Amino acid sequence: MHTTVTAEPAGPPAGLGALLVLADGRFPAGGHAHSGGAEAAVAAGRITGAASLADFCRGRLHTTGLTSAALAAAAAAGVDPLALDDAADARTPSPALRAAARRLGRQLMRAARAAWPSAALDALAAARPRGAHQPVVLGLTARAAGLGPADAAYAAAYECVSGPATAAVRLLGLDPFDATAVLARLAPELDQVAARAARAARRAVDEGPDALPSASAPLLDITAEQHAAWPVRLFAS
Amino acid sequence: MTTVPSGAPAGALVGPAGVRATARIVAVPDGRGGTALPALESDGPLALRRLRPEGREARVCLVGAMSAPLGGDALRLEASVAADAALRFTTAAATVALPGRTGAPATYDVRLDAGAGATLCWLPEPLVSARGSDLRQTTYVELDAGARLLLREVQVLGRAGEPTGRLVTRLVVRRAGRLLLDQELAYGDGCPGWDGGAVLGGHRAVGQVVVVDPAFADRPVPARVLGPSAVVTPLAGPAALVTAVAPDALALAGVLGPVMEELGPCPRPQGGGMRHSTPTYSQVTSAAGADEAGQFAPRTAGAAGIGPPMACSRPHPG
Repeated sequence: MHTTVTAEPAGPPAGLGALLVLADGRFPAGGHAHSGGAEAAVAAGRITGAASLADFCRGRLHTTGLTSAALAAAAAAGVDPLALDDAADARTPSPALRAAARRLGRQLMRAARAAWPSAALDALAAARPRGAHQPVVLGLTARAAGLGPADAAYAAAYECVSGPATAAVRLLGLDPFDATAVLARLAPELDQVAARAARAARRAVDEGPDALPSASAPLLDITAEQHAAWPVRLFAS
Repeated sequence: MTTVPSGAPAGALVGPAGVRATARIVAVPDGRGGTALPALESDGPLALRRLRPEGREARVCLVGAMSAPLGGDALRLEASVAADAALRFTTAAATVALPGRTGAPATYDVRLDAGAGATLCWLPEPLVSARGSDLRQTTYVELDAGARLLLREVQVLGRAGEPTGRLVTRLVVRRAGRLLLDQELAYGDGCPGWDGGAVLGGHRAVGQVVVVDPAFADRPVPARVLGPSAVVTPLAGPAALVTAVAPDALALAGVLGPVMEELGPCPRPQGGGMRHSTPTYSQVTSAAGADEAGQFAPRTAGAAGIGPPMACSRPHPG
């Protein structure tokens, strides 16, 4: 089921159990402190309810979600994590988002090394003491857990929509049932994005990180910088 | 260096699928403090005109020789700026992507490189995605560590009052072999969520300005919010990106103009009024919405001495 494309998988293949542990919103990696741009979008009046939350999440999923999922899948497939970290930098023009991604990467690294100790995680932590980009750490964590590239892509893609949906509940007082329904309706697109990311990761094994998508969302980059300058905010990004 | 495939066609080929054309600019120091253009090769719809130079800088303007790109067209534009040369590229008008006969997408590939001490200002007018069109544009830039770049790309989604076509652009900038920026933008049908609050939020004009300058290594450009929908961000390297969205091209030009002047390496035309000027961004963009055929006569062509408009139109659907 898990298509690990490199010759040396990190450990014995794992199944859905490990993926559920990794993708759980309660996995202690600090993600709950970030809104994925939702806080700025709510303030700008771009998210006002379930329908505009769905539009926001769909756009994020197919842009930065795809890009993050492909980076994670490539790391899980065994592509050099430092090369992927550079590729993530070039795909993240906003310094506020680069900082957030590295902070989240550092936090995830701590939890990951406790959950699935591995030499590859240790090496990345040593090479990027201030944190590597979160999707790269996520992919390497998936690999350490015995998961494959498609699993890593799922975890990254899901996180990119579950973050804003959860934040919208807190920011707007949106009914949690409505927010969950938004995520449920996006599930088929989550499948598509994860599959596309995993295909790109397979190409990246041969062709390097340039084969990965770089889909971007202008408003997310613009509002991330505005949000970072707010004196008071509920979420870190 | 940008390489040209051997056996490149001497003229544009028009097949059932569309036009296939490659135009090429090569800029080198002329040995007298200026820049010579040993190659200025027009092809099909890509007609290049030499403008009056400004100081060390050679200037080239692209004038549309027929409406393009239509669906099925494959256009390629290459510019190579040798070490210590300087080139400024503009277009006489907006580029309008139009539908073709077959529904096939068009491609427009721009390949740029600049050597040590070279300056490249790549300032095309907006790319307008007309209703029903489908264009994939790529811009790849390779810079020496000592090269300077000012590059502007603007996408306008639909002519005035019409829905957009489909537009996918990828902008990749490498410096000294290292990736500085890789950004893909996708709008229109088949690009889920493109108009939601994460991507465009109802805006119809999008602009990117990339500035690369070795001097930024010591004096990085600080991140700065330029307004409700525009920011300057330092990239992970001696470079900055301006990202802006606006309701229309004119509003966008008002945001990008001042910041380009502030950050960019390109001198403004000095004196001489119309004699030296190419059409301004706002002049042509205000026309972009109105012209149904996507044909734009270069407004200052006569005054700038670049010859008459090269309109040899071909039929297009709609």
